[in-house]
Amino acid sequence: MTESESLRTTPLDALNRELGGRMVPFAGYSMPVQYTAGIMAEHLHCRAQAGLFDVSHMGQAELVGEGAAAALEQLTPADVQGLKPGRQRYGLLLNEAGGIVDDFMFANMGDRLFLVVNASRKQIDLPLIESVLPSGVKLRPLPDRALLALQGPAVATLIPTPMSFMGIMEMEIAGIPVIASRSGYTGEDGLEISVAAEQAEKLARALLAMPGVMPIGLGARDSLRLEAGLCLYGNDLDETTSPVEANLTWSMGKRRRMEWNFRGADVVRDHLDHGVKRLRVGIRPEGRQPARGHTEIRKDGAIIGEVTSGGFGPSIGAPVAMGYVARDAAADGTALDLIVRDKPLPARVAAMPFQPHRYAR
Amino acid sequence: MSDMKYTKDHEWIRFEGDVAVIGITDHAQNALGDVVFVDLPEAGREVTAGEAVAVVESVKAASDVYAPIAGRVTEVNSGLVDEPALINSEPTGAGWFFKIAPAGALPDDLMDANAYAAYVESLA
Repeated sequence: MTESESLRTTPLDALNRELGGRMVPFAGYSMPVQYTAGIMAEHLHCRAQAGLFDVSHMGQAELVGEGAAAALEQLTPADVQGLKPGRQRYGLLLNEAGGIVDDFMFANMGDRLFLVVNASRKQIDLPLIESVLPSGVKLRPLPDRALLALQGPAVATLIPTPMSFMGIMEMEIAGIPVIASRSGYTGEDGLEISVAAEQAEKLARALLAMPGVMPIGLGARDSLRLEAGLCLYGNDLDETTSPVEANLTWSMGKRRRMEWNFRGADVVRDHLDHGVKRLRVGIRPEGRQPARGHTEIRKDGAIIGEVTSGGFGPSIGAPVAMGYVARDAAADGTALDLIVRDKPLPARVAAMPFQPHRYAR
Repeated sequence: MSDMKYTKDHEWIRFEGDVAVIGITDHAQNALGDVVFVDLPEAGREVTAGEAVAVVESVKAASDVYAPIAGRVTEVNSGLVDEPALINSEPTGAGWFFKIAPAGALPDDLMDANAYAAYVESLA
């Protein structure tokens, strides 16, 4: 069996190909890395107007029943029980060692929790969640739903909604029932839209017909999220990395930081109380040469870390990266050397996001 | 253009008198995507055929560029440093990489335009 035969496809596969998508394997799916405009043009268009992304490879699920929020809190330090109906949050699933099993979104839909997890982790996350559920709480995977993201400053006028950033609601777009949240992975305002698979192409065509909407592939999705300082699981986060090391302490609920009753709490608490050896930081290489993931980071000749994501930021007009460095090298402005093709490339620790977020708060 | 030769690494070679001008093909620039950085060899460097001598970085990936023939680098296109997008817009013109004064015989696996087109077709 060849690789392409074993790859899964999204409900938008035919449309992606019709639009000139350059299809590549990603997390077991055949996905468009770019369309005809190319990564640079797609990236800049999304920041200027609006871009449509097929992210149907991501895992969607519902958690239903009395005590669903409390059950999920066993696995995440996020405040699930305190989340109001019509609101969504970012959270981390942790293992016993306080390592990050996945990062995910959860939303309070009133009668249920709606979850979106990474494509590459859904086979791990869903059984993990299932394993902690009391009787009466059910996890329902939603493999028959597609997920689209419409991102960019034009979205608010193309599809007006009463939601602010991280709001979520059931609504109709172009006459099609959807679950839409005011969120995304680009740093821009926009919507993430869950829709029944059989209506996904009709919805995507309706969105593409709106003025200024361009299809955007995974290549620009990656450069957009990197400029926005957002993590990619598998690159920037993994099971050996704690929320404190990842600089995602903000995703932990205040109440949860008093109760310490989530999986891995002992390690996370120790990291908060006694500090960590390494921290995720933003990095700006000097000049135009990008430093990619796995690039060694040195300071005064000593190895002090590694780049986890890096590339060229089209909106910045310069290379940008993030990675982990020793705690004493994590201050903004710290001079580093990135070892690219055996040569030191001068760089500095820099504040993230590189590109200011433009959320509708 | 009739004297343009091509390699399986998707470089082109155009002979101008005693010097070979070298760049990457339209197929190569299209596969790479938007070029954002290029690292060129030093003029005067002696290179062997197949040696990695330049690096081209697009938004998504880095690729080596090889010396298709042995010889001495006589000139590099320093204009690419400030305007690497020339590699995308004019890959066989203003987007040239470097010039080599050949030493010894040319490799016998260089392709003409038709053979290269057939080779690219065979990769699809």
